[in-house]
Amino acid sequence: MVIPSELQVVRQTALEVLDVVKHCGYDEASAFGIRLALEEALYNAIKHGNRMDPAKVVKVDVDIDRSRAVLTVTDQGEGFDPATVPDPTTDENLERPCGRGIMLMRAYMDEVHFTPPGNQVRLVKQNR
Amino acid sequence: MAERGGRLNVSVGSDGVTTVELTDKKILDEVSISAIGEQLYALVAQSASPRVVLDFTAVGHMSSSALGMLITLHKRIREKQGQLRLCGIQPGIYEIFTITRLNEIFQITPTRQEAIQSLT
Repeated sequence: MVIPSELQVVRQTALEVLDVVKHCGYDEASAFGIRLALEEALYNAIKHGNRMDPAKVVKVDVDIDRSRAVLTVTDQGEGFDPATVPDPTTDENLERPCGRGIMLMRAYMDEVHFTPPGNQVRLVKQNR
Repeated sequence: MAERGGRLNVSVGSDGVTTVELTDKKILDEVSISAIGEQLYALVAQSASPRVVLDFTAVGHMSSSALGMLITLHKRIREKQGQLRLCGIQPGIYEIFTITRLNEIFQITPTRQEAIQSLT
């Protein structure tokens, strides 16, 4: 699916994916984590990747079956190096108001892969 | 004294503690958090030394932007020598706080009563 660079679209997009996740038998905890990680990826794509440019879109590829969920989010930005994002859990960064999206994706998904130049992220969750 | 303001139910007890119940469709995400944050910041600005309880009982989903708002709120309250408590956080939401270590920044109680008592 392709969505516009509008924050208000994220919620509905995530809910549609959540429906598929639940239909494929993922438990509540997994579904919660998949939804949260997907929303973080979408917000990042819209805010940071596409810089809220209404002329740009975000591509969301969804491949979900009973064994695993693979979500790929691609924006039309220039990309970035995820290794340059500061660790938000260090003492000096703990009270920064932003910078936790990627960390939460990694916490709730089994795999998080950024494809160079960094404008695409692939989220993978195994169904246990 | 209590008032409903869209996404927030605000009440001020006789002890001067302001309790804010987050009610916005159980979701604190990018779309809702901006308006909620502005309401909370305005609430804090009105008080000389705010004592605020945020009740999360109705919150079933949250994004990282909500954490950013809470951090900013916490700072503003601290700057006025006030205090902030979070309460009623569901286990799934609380996990977000522990993953991000923000459970070490915020004072969180299981119930609203405990939160209010800790401020009086």
